[in-house]
Amino acid sequence: MIAFFIRRLTQAVFVMLVISLIGFTIKQSVGDPVREITGISVSAAERDALREKLGLNDPFLVQWGRFLGRALQGDLGNSFYFKRPAMQVILSKAPATLELVFSTSMLVILLSIPIGIYAAILPRAWLSRFFMGVSIVGVSIPVFLTAILLIYVFSVGLGWLPSFGRGELVTLFPGWQSGYFTADGLKHLILPSIALSSIMLPLFIRLIRAEMKEVLETEYVKYARAKGLKPRRVLLVHAFKNTLLPVITVGGVQLGTLIAFTILTETVFQWQGMGAMFIEAVDRADTSLIVAYLVFVGILFVTVNTLVDLIYGLVNPMVRIAGRK
Amino acid sequence: MQRWRRFKSSYFLHSFLRDPMAMGSFICLAALVIISFGAPLIAPHDPYDTSTIDIMDSEVPPAWLAQSDARFPLGTDSQGRDMLSTMLYGMRVSILIGLGAVALQALMGICVGLVAGYRGGRFDAFLMRLADVQLSFSTYMVAIFFGALFQAAFGMGRYEQLAIPLLIIIIGFAEWPQYARTVRASVLAEKKKEYVEAARVIGLPPRRIMWRHILPNTLTPVLVISTVQVANAIMSEAALSFIGLGMPVTRPSLGSLIKAGFDYIFSGSWWITLFPGLALVILILSINLLGDWLRDFLNPKLYKE
Amino acid sequence: MAREPLLSVRDLEIKFRLRHGDLTAVNRVSFDLARGDRLGIVGESGAGKSVTGFGILNLVSKPGYIAGGRLTFEGRELTALPEEELRKIRGNRISMIFQDPMMTLNPVLTIGTQMVETILAHRSISRAEATEIALDRIRKVAIPSPEKRLQQYPHEFSGGMRQRIVIAIALLNAPALIIADEPTTALDVTIQADIMALLLGLCESDKMGLILITHDLAVVSQVAQRIAVMYAGTIVEIGPTDQVANNPQHPYTRGLLGALPQRVPRGKRLNQIPGMMPNLTRVPEGCPFNNRCTLCEEICRRRVPPLEPKAAGCLAACHLLN
Repeated sequence: MIAFFIRRLTQAVFVMLVISLIGFTIKQSVGDPVREITGISVSAAERDALREKLGLNDPFLVQWGRFLGRALQGDLGNSFYFKRPAMQVILSKAPATLELVFSTSMLVILLSIPIGIYAAILPRAWLSRFFMGVSIVGVSIPVFLTAILLIYVFSVGLGWLPSFGRGELVTLFPGWQSGYFTADGLKHLILPSIALSSIMLPLFIRLIRAEMKEVLETEYVKYARAKGLKPRRVLLVHAFKNTLLPVITVGGVQLGTLIAFTILTETVFQWQGMGAMFIEAVDRADTSLIVAYLVFVGILFVTVNTLVDLIYGLVNPMVRIAGRK
Repeated sequence: MQRWRRFKSSYFLHSFLRDPMAMGSFICLAALVIISFGAPLIAPHDPYDTSTIDIMDSEVPPAWLAQSDARFPLGTDSQGRDMLSTMLYGMRVSILIGLGAVALQALMGICVGLVAGYRGGRFDAFLMRLADVQLSFSTYMVAIFFGALFQAAFGMGRYEQLAIPLLIIIIGFAEWPQYARTVRASVLAEKKKEYVEAARVIGLPPRRIMWRHILPNTLTPVLVISTVQVANAIMSEAALSFIGLGMPVTRPSLGSLIKAGFDYIFSGSWWITLFPGLALVILILSINLLGDWLRDFLNPKLYKE
Repeated sequence: MAREPLLSVRDLEIKFRLRHGDLTAVNRVSFDLARGDRLGIVGESGAGKSVTGFGILNLVSKPGYIAGGRLTFEGRELTALPEEELRKIRGNRISMIFQDPMMTLNPVLTIGTQMVETILAHRSISRAEATEIALDRIRKVAIPSPEKRLQQYPHEFSGGMRQRIVIAIALLNAPALIIADEPTTALDVTIQADIMALLLGLCESDKMGLILITHDLAVVSQVAQRIAVMYAGTIVEIGPTDQVANNPQHPYTRGLLGALPQRVPRGKRLNQIPGMMPNLTRVPEGCPFNNRCTLCEEICRRRVPPLEPKAAGCLAACHLLN
């Protein structure tokens, strides 16, 4: 168990190093840090002196080392647009994205489980067919298009829901402005969350349905029925637990897709989160911010994936899921 | 001729023709491919020829609404380009990139999967770890990273010039792990079979065994995921274009068109964004439906229900 | 007064709904089982024995379904019962033992959970009382330190012990009948005898009926009082064990027993029945055994032989006997 943990940890560290290398390479090849500091009207000699002083003529590895050192202390350079440390900018925008991601995850979990189970146990019911049909259509509509359609119908057309921004916010604690605690904030959350979940939801419904169907065919579920257990118990205790395990694994991977989709959704809804910030940074060639986002997201992924692996290892110890036909 | 006759009487064709969903989506897809690749011949206008575009024609509604212009059956966009023509060319670009990207990722993935599966050992472990890590970042994220990287490296102008090959490379690089994992799983299963051992005993070199003997048997799962991957590639390209890392607005794909038209739904010109959107959805949906049918067909567990 | 049989199976038909039509897996099977009796159902893989066993409790996997026949248990018609009533019988009045305990015990639940839930599904007693019953059964199957076992997971047991647990679970609600589907096939040969002896002892002491489904003739002749031989979905011979084992009537049974290595003198070739049992989609017209039978005649190809009494208390399905 410990060996497993250490292995995952070293892997995580390795991945972070690779990401930092990529980020650092971007920083080196794009933009000129000297110009960012001094502006244009400085003589060549002074610029060279500055380069020397900043250590910009040192070998690549040395500079990378320095970059890593600074990064570990949370210093990822300054955003030239915001004129603030990049890390600070990201952290100020993070709550918006995190709240969106959280409400979307809740939506997906609360809906996909019952629908997936229902579609698995009653595959011929018209409701099941309906959901599966809607699922395949949902998976075929890109996130940003769903967002646009939602805006067109509910904002422009019916005028029920707002189409941009986060609405009224409440300061939970310094650095975190939440939209969860006002009716206006919640109204602003609805369309973006639905848009964001539009691809995850069908995916999970199909996944849960497929896993559930397979589990329901296993020997141990048949045996549970042969023992005369009530159907609800067979379903929820025997079948469901075993269905969840692969779903957890997939869930971890889907987080990456979710973060990628926040970039698209935030752009459409002008949601002031990290995703929108990233796109703006790309447009402005604000390298520090781009690199900072890469690193931040990298850390997020690696942490979550390592956690998911650990949880999976704990929930399902040395036992392999036997009994699958 | 023999092959054609065999195909005509095959079970594949037989069950295909009997399934309305499969037939329908295939016809739809074929129609879309034909009209988009025939764009230079079919399209009423040439959206790339700036001399024919008049800004005075901008935001003209589609033909069945008031204030429309018979020259532009689906209306015009904000610059006066004919929607129909631009969409046809745009769809062609989307499909091209989708196919190109899948070809690239298939090539990469198959090579990696074959070698990793056959060699095994630490080589295999390393490659698969790499694939796993890249997969955990989700292909969209990787594509966006690469897009941002290339755009930062090449600069906006050059990036737009090289957009099509760059996008093919970006999406191809983002999605190779899927193919590698699939092929590797097949190779591992095939490796245990006796014909491989027989080939080795005869003294065939590993490369020949891999390519001529094992590869053909791994192609079924490759085929199954390929259709879905084309749909994914088209979606990825649309997403990249939408956030500005894809096709430029001067030579738009469906994604860039949607992006360009987004602002205009508030001012009432909904057709600029919704028509390309509709085309994109129909394209992806038909590929997905076809892929679903193919997967069900090739799946030996079909007797369950 | 003639005692009612515990279980009466009449013309049971079980079919499978496939793409190109229905396949008959169990073709009008009939037999009775008295209280406390032990019946062995033998045959090759694919003969329909397991399907018959599952069919009694209506547990045949989709796309299988019961197409006809009657199943009378303790005076009740099982085929007419709603699912909820059947559920009350499963694990309660009729218990099943499956083949591979590693596959049938849920790997993520403790033994204790899996035992207690079986009791609580059929009786409203407290958890503590149910635990007591579980402990008692574990002792009955000769497993030491029962309290510890309740907290353990299936993978922590050896194969033989796992099957003992499964037997213990079958005993929890004092059933009248146990249906054991290949209970020792997945176990080591050395353990098989122990498990069968245990099962036999329990059935005798608790007066439980047993239907033992197996392809192992040796095992069945030690435990069962009667043997039914199945071939391609039908019973071709049924009778008391020593009759069927030592004086088989039906050509197929003769062939089976003749093929046993123990029966062939050393150095001589083993006797094989030529050909293979047909795929259930291609059962021949008339007697299902006709294409492999050395005695086959015209009538065998035209008419299905009925199961009729032949010699010494056996029933056999063959046109050419006496």
